[in-house]
Amino acid sequence: MYGFLTIMQLTFLEMRRRRIVQIALACGAVCLAVFATAIYLVHQYAHPARAQSLLQVRIFLQLQTIAGMYAVNLMCATIAIILPVDAISGEIASGVMQTLASKPIRRVEIVLGKWLAYWLLIAAYTAAMVLGVVLVMRLITGFSQAHVPAALGLMTLQGTVLLSIVIAGGVRLTSVANGMLAFGFYSLAVVGDWIEQIGAMMGDSGSRYIGTAISLLSPTDALWRRTIYMLEPPMMSQVSLSPLARSAVPSIAMVWWAVAFVVGALALAAHWFKRRSL
Amino acid sequence: MTAAPASAEAAIETRALRKEFGAHVAVADLWLRVPRGEVFGFLGPNGAGKTTSIKMLLGLVAPSDGDARVLGAPLGDRRVRERIGFLPEHFRFHECLTARELLRLHGRLQGMRGSVLERRIDSLLARVDLSEAGHLYLRQFSKGMLQRAGLAQALIGDPELVFLDEPTSGLDPLGRVLVRELIEELRAGGATVFLNSHLLGEVEATCDRVIFVKQGSVLHELSLRQPQQLVRAELRIDRLDSITLEGLKVFGRDLRSSNGTVTLQVDSEDVMPDIARWLVGQGIAIHALGTRRKSLEEWFIEVMGEDQGPG
Repeated sequence: MYGFLTIMQLTFLEMRRRRIVQIALACGAVCLAVFATAIYLVHQYAHPARAQSLLQVRIFLQLQTIAGMYAVNLMCATIAIILPVDAISGEIASGVMQTLASKPIRRVEIVLGKWLAYWLLIAAYTAAMVLGVVLVMRLITGFSQAHVPAALGLMTLQGTVLLSIVIAGGVRLTSVANGMLAFGFYSLAVVGDWIEQIGAMMGDSGSRYIGTAISLLSPTDALWRRTIYMLEPPMMSQVSLSPLARSAVPSIAMVWWAVAFVVGALALAAHWFKRRSL
Repeated sequence: MTAAPASAEAAIETRALRKEFGAHVAVADLWLRVPRGEVFGFLGPNGAGKTTSIKMLLGLVAPSDGDARVLGAPLGDRRVRERIGFLPEHFRFHECLTARELLRLHGRLQGMRGSVLERRIDSLLARVDLSEAGHLYLRQFSKGMLQRAGLAQALIGDPELVFLDEPTSGLDPLGRVLVRELIEELRAGGATVFLNSHLLGEVEATCDRVIFVKQGSVLHELSLRQPQQLVRAELRIDRLDSITLEGLKVFGRDLRSSNGTVTLQVDSEDVMPDIARWLVGQGIAIHALGTRRKSLEEWFIEVMGEDQGPG
């Protein structure tokens, strides 16, 4: 337990010293500033005083929030992959891990200590960015987004899935191969989402099954679709303004599957790392 | 796996330890016994399986076959690693840490904490001449300074057994003297030192015993604390017939004759007057008579043969 905390502290210190945290925060701040500027300009154009109906304004603001969340989601997913990509593989390749693992510490503590440190950063970063988008919308347009905690939880879970894939991959692959694998998982999920959505719109059950199977293999985009579902009010899909086909909304079971996916990936990482020659 | 060896005295005991990486056999059949308190040299050409052997003993690499005990515990025992120090061949580190933070990290991983750890860090930084550099980031260190930091890291837990894999790599002559002194201090404190080095002069100056390995098997064992294994008599005489050579064998072992010179391994220099008397008694003229200490390098070349290729 003590070794686990030491590894966690080391990982935090490393992230801070390598200016990873600072750069991630700066990029996030710039993105939020750009988003705020865009919303401000758009809001000047689409102000309720310009004879639009309240429904139109409401839908317009909702779509803007989802667009902001989409950017945040993309950024958080990228950070969840890039940040820990050499956390284990890099230390194995450089030989740092030999000295660490020769100490009286369980290898699983090294894996979990690193994972938790990165998870805390990714969770905090996702929270800051999501709340930033909500705050920008609130301050500039007065729009209050509902179901923010649920959306935040789903987006954090997506980052957690990607982080766990990267940690598990890092035990067996080089840093570059590991990054490619993680982005492959993420891209696969996006493709699966398209297939499932198209299948749902066309009523093609075969495509939907393929999409669902891909989501099981890589559940990240399914979590994003569930996030949109949580964020948007039901009326949007009723008036066909949702970016999401209603019948392609992932169920709560997919969320639990993503949780199980994380546990499985970590168990695999611990198992592989225990057996790995250093 | 065979049954675990029963000896409690040995710091390290291996039986038929073997490691294969696919079709490549890194360590074929390693039998070792290193008593506690010994400074032990592990010698062999590049690719002889030395580093892989050390990694197996540290639990970093799982053996393919065989068995070993380190400080009385089976390989990979986590508790026993609290009593072990390790300086890898290519010591790498978190460059974003200062030397003091590096030692604090490794001290904590060894289970140390609080003022005990801080005092140990102060003492080790002073011992490796890095007191003034303790606050500097490791990325600012020279190679020699890094090696010193690595040595301090290996000693942070006041280990009973220390593995030093090429400890003098990157060190200047003063650094090498420091390593030699540290090894002497470890010996005086009763610790066991497992030394892997290509600098045979360093090994000769510090080790009690060495073994020569090739392809992960022990070829020869040599005690450096028993000088008789190292002394050879050299003589040039005017008669080198078979009767003379047979007669000389009484005074030593491993007799060799070439280019008019006879050499043989003797137990001590005290035997030289006896050889001289016997030769004179046989009516043989002596042109030269003396002894020569065989260097570890000569032993190495002799044991390894002309082929010094990997493993």
